[in-house]
Amino acid sequence: MLLISCPNCGPRDETEFHYGGQAHVAYPENPDALTDREWAEYLFYRDNTKGNFAERWVHSTGCRKWFNMLRDTVTYDIKAVYKMGEPRPDLTSARQDATSPEGASK
Amino acid sequence: MSADQLPEHPDFLWRNPEPKASYDAVIVGGGGHGLATAYFLAKNHGMTNIAVLEKGWLAGGNMARNTTIIRSNYLWDESAAIYEHALKLWEILPEELEYDFLFSQRGVMNLAHTLGDVRESVRRVGANKLNGVDAEWLDPQQVKELCPILNISDNIRYPVMGATYQPRAGIAKHDHVAWAFARKCDELGVDIIQNCEVTGFVKDGNRVVGVKTNRGTINTEKVGLAAAGHSSVLAEMAGFRLPIQSHPLQALVSELHEPVHPTVVMSNHVHVYVSQAHKGELVMGAGVDSYNGYGQRGSFHVIEHQMAAAVELFPIFARAHVLRTWGGIVDTTMDASPIVGTTPVENMFVNCGWGTGGFKGTPAAGLTFAHTIATGTPHELNRPFSLERFETGALIDEHGAAAVAH
Repeated sequence: MLLISCPNCGPRDETEFHYGGQAHVAYPENPDALTDREWAEYLFYRDNTKGNFAERWVHSTGCRKWFNMLRDTVTYDIKAVYKMGEPRPDLTSARQDATSPEGASK
Repeated sequence: MSADQLPEHPDFLWRNPEPKASYDAVIVGGGGHGLATAYFLAKNHGMTNIAVLEKGWLAGGNMARNTTIIRSNYLWDESAAIYEHALKLWEILPEELEYDFLFSQRGVMNLAHTLGDVRESVRRVGANKLNGVDAEWLDPQQVKELCPILNISDNIRYPVMGATYQPRAGIAKHDHVAWAFARKCDELGVDIIQNCEVTGFVKDGNRVVGVKTNRGTINTEKVGLAAAGHSSVLAEMAGFRLPIQSHPLQALVSELHEPVHPTVVMSNHVHVYVSQAHKGELVMGAGVDSYNGYGQRGSFHVIEHQMAAAVELFPIFARAHVLRTWGGIVDTTMDASPIVGTTPVENMFVNCGWGTGGFKGTPAAGLTFAHTIATGTPHELNRPFSLERFETGALIDEHGAAAVAH
């Protein structure tokens, strides 16, 4: 079971959370203008990254707030937790792998 | 059936050849679907100068990790057609492949626990009958007669209100299925190349002309992707996207027991599916872990949940022990139906998206994918399962519909 550090409540068991899939997917600005292909991309196509993946979670039985997480989909290591609206942390330049948040491990 | 009735373990069922410089077609993925595809390419289309590339060992992915349930009682016409065709192939394949992989048509029950379940189930039985799929509705007493160890009393949270039953459904020994296909492929001249990982593709414009591997570049006229959970990774190498999410799916077995469970029982509502393997293990599975994952393992609370469901439905299991749990990576689509067809890359074809139910589809996946690769156009059975359906909206929504475990 994952141990997830909610940005508001601190480290809690995975069973308190629900998964929300890929993060940073914006609703199309002009849905009417989309081609079928573009609409399909928005509805059905999501990245399926093997490696570090930015994804959304919601702390359903805690603060009930959504947040983002950067997690390795092979090792399941949680690399970063950050709030909605914040950009995806750049792990490569800052070398944050060694300083992942407290309790943010599998 | 006891272990001494299993076929003897043979020495070598297939060669381990070095990859040739070129092939007429290359299948990426040496699991059940890849091997079945190669078999039908050779048998039905006379394509024998072909190779199956497997990055690990043969059938060591989901083919070795599934719970071996075979059934065809899907709701929608398109699904019923392809899965029923698969079931009919399962019925003749042991003879055709000259290998008894212990296909046991012991029936599959899908339990109903709510009024909504009952209505959906009765509807599905009707739809199945119209599609020529054997199906019946059982009341709780009939459920008990077929599977005496099931608890049908009303002292549980979600009492059994009935079940759909498909008598021709059942289980098979998955490893033996893979070996049966592999042996026939080898006899027909197909090169099965293990420990050969695809690292990229060679393209001439938008046409694929070769496969880069850790054992060198292989030229080929056509490429068929049959890599289940890793389909998206391969598609990215080739320069296109798939509407697939890879999730861990866990399963478990108990220690060996005397035969106590005569059929296969699935419950979507309390969420577990259970059969008893020929050797005697109770084999159980349930739904995927919610998060994306390539780790071939999941979270323990998912196991705990399905065990709780199993013990409630089968009180006799309370004293059984978990012997082993494991996970596979399943390639799920939004409509819980597979994708078998052409891709945006010329001469590259894809078979993926079978999600949690790929094992039962193995023969039909092989048959239709081989047809698609050989002729460049889909077989009648896989035509609806195209990648384009996500654009046209012609989804085959088994997710909300039916007996799909999700």
